[in-house]
Amino acid sequence: MSNYTDKIREISERLLKEGRVDMVIGFKQGTMPMMNEPCFVKKPEDVSKLVWDSHCGINLANYLTDRKEKIGVIAKGCDSRNIVTHIIENKIKREQLVIIGVPCKGMIDRRKIASMSDAEILSVAEQNGKVIVKTKDAEKRYERTDLLQKNCALCVHRNPVIYDELAADLVEEQKNVDRYADIREIEAMPPDEKWHLFDDLFSACIRCYACRNACPLCYCPTCFVDESRPQWVGKSTDPIDTKTFHFLRAYHCAGRCTDCGACERACPVGINMRLLTRKLEKDCFESFGWEAGLSLDQRPPLDVYKTNDPEDFIK
Amino acid sequence: MKVIKIDKKDWAGGLDKASSGYRFFGPVEDKECHNFKELDKGELPDFNFSNTRLSAKSVVFPQTEAMFEYSLDENEADHHLMKECRKNDAPRAVLGIRPCDASAFLLVKRNFDNPEYRDPWWVKAYESTTFAGLACNNPCASCFCTSAGCGPFDEKGLDVLLVDAGDHFLAKVVTEKGRKMLAAAGWNAETDADIEALKKDAESKISSFVPTDKLKDKTTMELYNAAFWEEAAFACLNCGTCTYSCPTCWCFDIQDESKGKSGIRMRNWDSCMYPLFTLHGSGHNPRGTKIHRVRQRFMHKLKYYVDKYGDGIQCVGCGRCIRLCPVNIDIRKICEKMNSYEPKAGDCNR
Ligand code: SF4
Ligand code: SF4
Ligand code: SF4
Repeated sequence: MSNYTDKIREISERLLKEGRVDMVIGFKQGTMPMMNEPCFVKKPEDVSKLVWDSHCGINLANYLTDRKEKIGVIAKGCDSRNIVTHIIENKIKREQLVIIGVPCKGMIDRRKIASMSDAEILSVAEQNGKVIVKTKDAEKRYERTDLLQKNCALCVHRNPVIYDELAADLVEEQKNVDRYADIREIEAMPPDEKWHLFDDLFSACIRCYACRNACPLCYCPTCFVDESRPQWVGKSTDPIDTKTFHFLRAYHCAGRCTDCGACERACPVGINMRLLTRKLEKDCFESFGWEAGLSLDQRPPLDVYKTNDPEDFIK
Repeated sequence: MKVIKIDKKDWAGGLDKASSGYRFFGPVEDKECHNFKELDKGELPDFNFSNTRLSAKSVVFPQTEAMFEYSLDENEADHHLMKECRKNDAPRAVLGIRPCDASAFLLVKRNFDNPEYRDPWWVKAYESTTFAGLACNNPCASCFCTSAGCGPFDEKGLDVLLVDAGDHFLAKVVTEKGRKMLAAAGWNAETDADIEALKKDAESKISSFVPTDKLKDKTTMELYNAAFWEEAAFACLNCGTCTYSCPTCWCFDIQDESKGKSGIRMRNWDSCMYPLFTLHGSGHNPRGTKIHRVRQRFMHKLKYYVDKYGDGIQCVGCGRCIRLCPVNIDIRKICEKMNSYEPKAGDCNR
């Protein structure tokens, strides 16, 4: 990954020196294992701050919303698709951006690593496709491919779909991925089992909104859960309000979500809210042949009207 | 102070014996983490944890708490009256609370129980609680409690300090409340075992330190206007993770909710990160942007509180906000920046 970092710094320095951008948005080294912090760099001499490794799972498109500067932005496959969505939805202009594409090999699942050991994880490093996890008394090695974030293991768009610069050669896309095995299982459940599943899924939610706020799609000036005049959704820990938040948010992301996984990664209590967004992703794919954020020329299915829309759901 | 030896094989029996006089709360593993909850009869706290994901503050200060209720149903005797909700104030004991979380209650107490204002619900819940803490033999790498006026064996918020010593606990009696709880459980084997060595050992394992000595001498407005806030706040998502997981964050918001002919007035945890926090009726918010909000959180904990109470920072160094922040905003680094801040030409001071 160090060659990715070198290349990112080299490109960023050049863009800043040539005055093509006012700032580069990327990641800096975190203070905790498996964590990096999104950051900006405005001066060429500061590009050494920028790093790239398998812990850059936060979606940087989130940091572009309504910005006015000229920006160099580092984008893995999913970020690039959210950048496309941002451009289509007028949250940033294409001309403002120099997209530094990062062909991605998937991010590492920090929860999975934490759950594999009772001891505190002190460091996580990588060497030749192996991940080396250190605790106080042990050092273990794992295959990198076994430790991917769940969304990355299912990803079929690892290469950026739109870019001006590239930090590495394009990577081979994963083939024959069954993206929706778990969703089909839920679809097949009887209603009471589904009910129970969703009750249980969100039972630990503390309404911190990290999932919503990590999501580049959730840029509404006032989110419906924050609306107070009049108030739409209760603010207590009542499970009905909590589920209302999750279901409505998922619907607001229908046809826009790229399954970047930032929401699940951000959650402090490990809730898999992607079960909702992926169901809607599956529906969009099956009903409209649509995958979000692949092209600047097509608007998402739920914000266009087409006379030839399939309407099989109306019986 | 006395130290009592509790054989681990007498643990369940003692708790059972004491359970007629106490509601017990303790860490329990659910899904991927431990959190505090009220224990069912016969349920034991699970001490195989480093710290709970969320702090123990909810035992005294729940995320949602009903304060008043009313009914508009004229068939009911008390209709159209706002009545205080009935609460269960029976004695409770929190088992296995870490010293940092326990001492956090003393910080929070300044807000809820002071000469000008006594919050009835917080005070009642706090006073009815016995804190039986569990010393940290192996503090996490991200804990900086010894820099925050606390420590892995700190006793100040506790009534009893339990030290895990293999096949037994050593229970140091800190207060009369603590003595009563141990007596109720029938644990009375006094020992002259010394916990000082274990304490020194645990303290020596703390690897994270944060300087706070210069905070009080900094000029508030210079810190407020410092240039570093833009960079410090950039990554922040303005989520509630840090404030909700923090044992010392005390802000709440009052809400009314009604259904049919009845309703309640409740309070919910609030967060300085949220858009509704300090939003005025006029629509103006003095903390209307991300930078304002992030600065508010850190200035409150590390400057306003320091100045107002003259007793250190509003943080016990549990490290939760560091471990849980989705974008790795680290209070230790911000504290360092504030503590070492010297205004430079070019900063928009004054
Ligand atoms: S991040 Fe997790 S805990 Fe926070 S609101 Fe989302 S699902 Fe709930
Ligand atoms: S500092 Fe981190 S945890 Fe706190 S609001 Fe910002 S993103 Fe959320
Ligand atoms: S500010 Fe962070 S470290 Fe300090 S008490 Fe709160 S959660 Fe713990």
